[in-house]
This record gives sequence, C-alpha cells and structure tokens, in this order.
Amino acid sequence: MSIKGLKRIAIAAGLALAGLSTVASHAAAPAAPVSAATPQAAAEPGNVSNIAPTTAAATAPAAPNSPLLAVDGAPGALPTPGIGQPTNGVFGLQPQVTRNGEFAHWMHNAVLFPVITVISLFVLALLLWVVVRYRASANPTPSKTSHNTFIEVIWTLLPVVILVLIAVPSIGLLQAQFKPAPAGAVTLKAIGNQWYWTYQYPDNGGFEVTANLLKEKNEVAAGERFRTDADGPRLLAADNRIVLPVGVPIRLITTANDVIHSWAVPAFWIKLDAIPGRLNETSFTIDKPGLYFGQCSELCGARHAYMPIAVEAVSPAQFAAWVRAKGGTMPAAGTPSDKVIPQPGADGSAAKQEAGETTANATGPVENATVAAPTSPQGATNNPATGNAGQ
Amino acid sequence: MTDTALHPSAFHAHGDHHDHAHDADHKPAFFARWFMSTNHKDIGTMYLIFAIVAGIIGGSISGLMRAELAHPGIQYLGTWASLLHGGPQSLDQSLHLWNVLITAHGLIMVFFMVMPAMIGGFGNWFVPIMIGAPDMAFPRMNNISFWLLIPSFTLLLASPFFGGAGNGWTLYAPLSTYGEPGPSTDMAILSLHLAGASSILGAINFITTIFNMRAPGMTLHKMPLFVWSVLVTAFLLLLALPVLAAAITMLLTDRNFGTTFFDPAGGGDPVLYQHLFWFFGHPEVYIMILPGFGIVSQIIATFSRKPVFGYLGMAYAMVAIGVVGFVVWAHHMFTTGLSVNTKMYFTAATMVIAVPTGIKIFSWIATMWGGSMRFPTPMVWAIGFIFMFTVGGVTGVVLANGGIDDYMQDTYYVVAHFHYVLSLGAVFSLFAGFYYWFPKMSGRMYNELLGQLHFWVFFIGVNVMFFPMHFLGLQGMPRRYPDYPDAYAHWNTIATIGYMIMAAGMAIFFVNLIWSLLAGKKAEGNPWGAGATTLEWTLSSPPPYHQFETLPKID
Repeated sequence: MSIKGLKRIAIAAGLALAGLSTVASHAAAPAAPVSAATPQAAAEPGNVSNIAPTTAAATAPAAPNSPLLAVDGAPGALPTPGIGQPTNGVFGLQPQVTRNGEFAHWMHNAVLFPVITVISLFVLALLLWVVVRYRASANPTPSKTSHNTFIEVIWTLLPVVILVLIAVPSIGLLQAQFKPAPAGAVTLKAIGNQWYWTYQYPDNGGFEVTANLLKEKNEVAAGERFRTDADGPRLLAADNRIVLPVGVPIRLITTANDVIHSWAVPAFWIKLDAIPGRLNETSFTIDKPGLYFGQCSELCGARHAYMPIAVEAVSPAQFAAWVRAKGGTMPAAGTPSDKVIPQPGADGSAAKQEAGETTANATGPVENATVAAPTSPQGATNNPATGNAGQ
Repeated sequence: MTDTALHPSAFHAHGDHHDHAHDADHKPAFFARWFMSTNHKDIGTMYLIFAIVAGIIGGSISGLMRAELAHPGIQYLGTWASLLHGGPQSLDQSLHLWNVLITAHGLIMVFFMVMPAMIGGFGNWFVPIMIGAPDMAFPRMNNISFWLLIPSFTLLLASPFFGGAGNGWTLYAPLSTYGEPGPSTDMAILSLHLAGASSILGAINFITTIFNMRAPGMTLHKMPLFVWSVLVTAFLLLLALPVLAAAITMLLTDRNFGTTFFDPAGGGDPVLYQHLFWFFGHPEVYIMILPGFGIVSQIIATFSRKPVFGYLGMAYAMVAIGVVGFVVWAHHMFTTGLSVNTKMYFTAATMVIAVPTGIKIFSWIATMWGGSMRFPTPMVWAIGFIFMFTVGGVTGVVLANGGIDDYMQDTYYVVAHFHYVLSLGAVFSLFAGFYYWFPKMSGRMYNELLGQLHFWVFFIGVNVMFFPMHFLGLQGMPRRYPDYPDAYAHWNTIATIGYMIMAAGMAIFFVNLIWSLLAGKKAEGNPWGAGATTLEWTLSSPPPYHQFETLPKID
C-alpha cells in the first residue's frame, strides 16, 4: 500500500511539473477563452480575461509547493466554518454562492418561511381563541350555525391568492434553474458508483478524478492517508477534491454506473440524481472561491453516507493550471465542445442518444445468451471506474 | 338537509328497538369467533390489535434508529448486526442493517400500523354502524382481508434473517433489483403484494357496503364524515394499489426472470419505476390521512355540541383531495431530471392541494366557533391534530416548489414534513379515535387523567423529536444516513431526547389501556352527551353482537 502511495505521489509530482511548464508558456492564450467567452465572468472584475495570465504567472513559481496543483488533491483552500458545510445547532439554510442559490435562498427566507410561519401562528391563535372563548363554562349554549357561504368563499379564495403569490417566484426560480449553460461553460461529469464519485472533464481532455471518503486516523492502516482538519469535516472530506472555476458557468452532467446516486452540494442549491442509463444536466455559476461540501442524497446501499462531494472553487487561471496538472487541456474557442449542448428531454439530446447507444450495446448479448445478460448490467454505461483506490 | 343527518333524535326512536333481542348476543365459540370470523366488529378488533402489535415493533425500530443517531459515529449497528446474524459482521453488513431498519420502519408504519388501524380497525368497526347496516357487504371477504395481513407481516419480519431488504420503503430500482441479491427483497415484495391484495379486497368491501347497505333515509349527503372519508379512501386504494402491484411485480421479474423493465442495459429505465411507485405512493399518503380527517370531524362536532360546519364543503374537500392526489405524484421526483414544464406543472398541481386542506382546517375551527366545548382526551388529541397537521401541511407547501427541492429533496426537512403529517397527524387522529370509541368498543371508560397525561407527554415528545429535523434539513442533512458530519450532532441529540419523552408517553398509553380494560368504569351507550349524534351512540356499549337486525330509519 505504501509503495503504491509513493508511486502515485511521484507520478503526481511529475504531472504537476509537466502541467506547470505548459502554464508558464501558454498562460495567457488558453486560459483567456474560458473566462472571456463568459458574460458572467466578464462582468466580474476579478475574473476578466486580462487578469487571468497575471494570476497564473503569480501562482506559477510557487506551484511546486502549492498543494492545489498536486494530482493527489491535497488541500489547497482550507475549509471555512459556516461556508459550504453545515453548522452545528443553528436554524437556517447554508449560505449560497451561486446566483440561483441566492434567488432560492431569498425565496425561502423572504417568501415561504414568513408565509408558513404566519399561517401556522394564525391557526394556533384561532385554536387558542375558540378553546378559551367557547369552552362550555364560558358558552353553555352552542350556536346552531353550520353554514356561512361568504366565509367559506373567503377561506377558499384567500389561500388561492396566497398560493398564486408563491407560485410566481417559484415558476421564475424553475426557469432560472433550467437556463442551459452558455457557450464557454466548463463541463463536469459526475458519475456515481457504490460508493465513490468519479468525475470527468469531457471538454478538458476527458481526464478523470476519483473521489473517495477520507477515513479517520484510527480507521486506516499505518502509512495510509487519513483525514486532517485541513481536508474538511469528518464524512465530508474526500481524498480528491473537484476543482471548478469561479465566475464561469459550469455544466453539470450526472450519471451512475450501478444504482441511483444523487450529486448534491447545498451551497450551490444543486441536487441532481445520477441515474444509470441516463444523463441528467443542469448548470450553475460559482460566485466565490472556496471549499464546498456535499453528500450523496439518494439511498444507494450500505455506504450511502460515505461518498462525500468536495468542490474547490478557484480562479479560472488556477483552474486552467490544475487541468494541465491533471494532464488535461483547455479548449480553444470555437471547438465543438464550446457549443451549447441540447437540453435533456429535447429530441436528439445527448441523454437520449446515450441511452440508445447503451441499449444497442447491451441488447446483443441479451438476444444470444439470456442467462448471461442480467449479470452484467454494471458495465452498461461504459464508464471506466479507474482509480478506485481504497475500495 | 344536512343538518338532519347530524341530529340523532331523528333516528333514535328507530335505532335500537331490536338491538336487545335475545339472539343478538349469541356469539360463536372462541375458534369460530376469532379465526373464522364474519363479524365486522370482531374483525375490526383484530385489525386494531394487529396494528398495536405492528406499532410496537415499528416504534421500537425507530427507537433503535434514534439511539444510533444520538451521536455522530457508528455506535450500536455492529453489535446489533452480530446479534442478528450471529458472530461479528463487517462494517458493510452493519451499515446494511441500518438500511434494513429504515425500510422496515417505513413499511411497518405505513402498511401494518396506520392502514390497518384506520381502515381495517375503525373503518370496520364504525362504517357499518354509522350507516345503519348490520355488517359489511362481504363478511367472508372481510375476514380474508385481515388474515392476508398475517402472512404478509410474517414475510416482512422474517426478511432480516435472510440478509434484510435495505432499499427504503420506496424500493427504488436498481438498488432493489440487481443492487441487492438474496431472498430478502423478494420477501419484502411478496409481503407488499399480500398487503396490497388485502387492501384491495377491503376497499371493494367498503365501497359496496357504503353504496348498497345504507339504512333507509341515509342518503350519501347525510352520511357522517367518517364514512365519507372511508369511501374516498377506498376509491384511492382501489385505483392506486393495482399500480403498486404492477410496479413491484416488474421488480420481481427483473430480479428473478431476466426482464429489464428498470434496467437500462436492456432498454429499461429506473425512473419508470419511480413514476409507477409514486402514482401509487402519493395517493397512499392521503389513504393514511383521510380517515383521520373523518375521525377528527366526528370528534370536533361531538365535543363542541355543534354540527360540522360546512358539511358538504368538508365532504367534497376530501373528494377533491383524493382526485388531485392522483395527479401530483412527480413532486417526489423533482431531482430526477424532469423537464422544466413537468416541474412547473407538478409544482402548481401540488400547491392546489393546499386549498381543500385549508377548507378542512378552517371548517374544523368554524365548527368549534360558537360551540360549547368540553376537552376530554379525544378532543385534546383532535385539537392537537389540527395544529400539528397545519405545521406539516405548510412545510408541504414549501416542498411543493420544484426549485426549492434542489436543496430540500431527500433531506431531513422532508423527514420532518412527513412525520408532522403522519406521526403527528395520522397518529394523533388514531389516538383521538381510539379514546373516542374505546368506551363503545370495550364497554369500559378509559382513565381520563392517564389519557390527558398521555397526550401531553406524547405531544411534547414528538415535537422535541421532529421539530429539530427541520433545522437539520435546512442545514442540508441527507436522510437515510446512519452517521452524519459532526455539525449535525446538536439537533440529532435533541431529537433522540424527544424520542425518549415520546416513549414515556406511550408507556402511559399502555398502562391506561390495560388498566381500563381490566378495571375501567362501565361505559354508557352514549358517554359523550348531546353532541354525539351518530348512530353508534344509539347502541349499547359494547354494541350487541349483531346490531340493526331491523334497520333504523333516518328521517
């Protein structure tokens, strides 16, 4: 185990160095399109394209020691209490770092929560009032009223009005969440496995990262990596973090190799089921650099609670550097992956095509050998589960 | 017109003049009476005993779950797994036991506690009496409805000894197909098949009884609201359960016979299962709560000494809830990748349900308004029900928003929501009904002090247990987790304390139950006074073995 670990570190260092040299020579050119092509990024001064090379250059010399660029995913950003992770004993939602998240956060805190609180207290007040006012000792003779059309119409229509007022921002939120990722988005493909996540960056050379739970010190063999506080909280820290750029739209695609999982990061207001045979898609833009944690959110078997999601959001230049360190590439403007992908559900979408392909691939053996067919469903999506360390 | 339905004096005179005929109390010998029963009251009693036993088992399982969740880390699962299977177990087997526990808790509480108590227990006991019928339309079918539950429950309880079904009560494919080999999941599926068949037979029986066996003058619009609630529930059962049967049959053939309904490798789709399941599953939640609405309506009217306010509105609100309940199922699936138009539709349709539910809440309050209220134990439970169901209902409005569910789906917020409408809604109405009808069923009064104490301890316990779960959900804690990040520890510890308070409340209930059965004061035919206007209060307590040999006539 330890030999294997050393070997991986050596490879990591090599890849990091290789990646860095690329960054040094091409820093300005490839990093620029990512942010420049993005309206959101351009609007935010910190991510404007002409700043990117400077940032890259600044990180470059320090890079050999910068853990951020290590392929092994040793921590770069440190976890911040209260951001991107739960807080003990509080009442309220986690702080949001995406635009839709802030919208939904507002909708919950400013619309839904006040409305439901007022309604509950109103019903409670009415109950307390009738209990006190119409108790037998206070009102010995009951009234005979059993109808009042006016008040019945009121308490039918008033809830309708309240619900319509809730539905307006609610439909708006659904629309905002559905907005497809624009050209220049970074695509992250999250693949659920029992019980770890693998990630692919199809627009960046298709390299793959596997993220496993980091075990506690008392749970690992000597020499094996264990969780430290720099990695993140217990059960949230992963051995490899997913790195994503801030200010750049992210196109998230989820699927699974075995059973249904769900990729969820509360700070992004994102939860998307990862379903075998399907590609689900959504998009979000992270506004603030930092470390954000999530957990698998669909029951997937024994270690359902042990497949954390750790996302490190960095500047586009740092992201580009990390991609190169991983052996990936940054797409040039105008490449096919730079186009908007049709949404799932639309005719000819990627999801339907993939589903069709897997079916075509899998039906061969079914026709010829019915006995063998049901035993090999896990390979159906053809996603290699490489780097399955520690499982 | 509707007022007359709720005034007992109209049928008092006709109701009981033959009830004390000398052969009415001729009971068969023990075995024939309880094992070959065709008497709706005996079958109702057996259903209630069954539900209490299942409730003890399901409630104990939640005690195991709350014990494990009291603190972060895995505390007891390893010990329990080794006790269950003999010898030390791997971590994965311990964690699998957790999934077995949550699955068993959900299935037991839904199929073997709430449904048998509400429909089989109170429905069997009081629907025929309330409509002035001597028995159910198909007494022998009634008996097999009950006895199907025994092998069904046995299959479910035996399954943990064969590995255990750890799929959650929803049995989502592919975790329930190629995700879990071994006989346990097959046993759980067969258990659901039997329970479903039992419920379908029961539903046919109730519909036939209510449509054909009402006493002369008992028109549909004069029926007590509890009968209305069971009628609507029976239609939901009849339409929803065959879909569940189809879905889990497909699971069985996917598991055992090489079909690929839910397997993408053979052209199937796991999401298809979720659509089928929730087409059953959402009406199912109304199946669990509608009879509770009926029970609460009877109790509120009785102890306010006033007829139910807006009777027709109340009856048709239940019909509306039943109808709309069939077209909102995909709000359980907002994160499965539905198209945006689908999400918008299901968001809007789900919110619509709040309207008839609001009508019911306000009508109950209006029934009490102007009344002359007394607060014996059943009334306290009924008022508690109204408030707790409101709290559970408004969080349902939050969860109805598809956009909000990108955060809330599968978190403890959902767990808090459905326990407020079920553990604090349906269960409160069950206790309300139990105390309300206990004198009628047993012929003895319960102990009022213990009943009140039971309510307050249980009320505090369940609120301490479930209210903090909203906070856990808002902080993002996923459900079905045996272990959680340390930042969720605070509210989890408080929830476990709540469980212990709740359990103390249940101990009071059982003491009261045993004491009342053995030493309770003899109950009169109508212990509740002028407000109790439905037909069961015109009979003796307990009622004669066969009531209404001459049908009562309702003016």
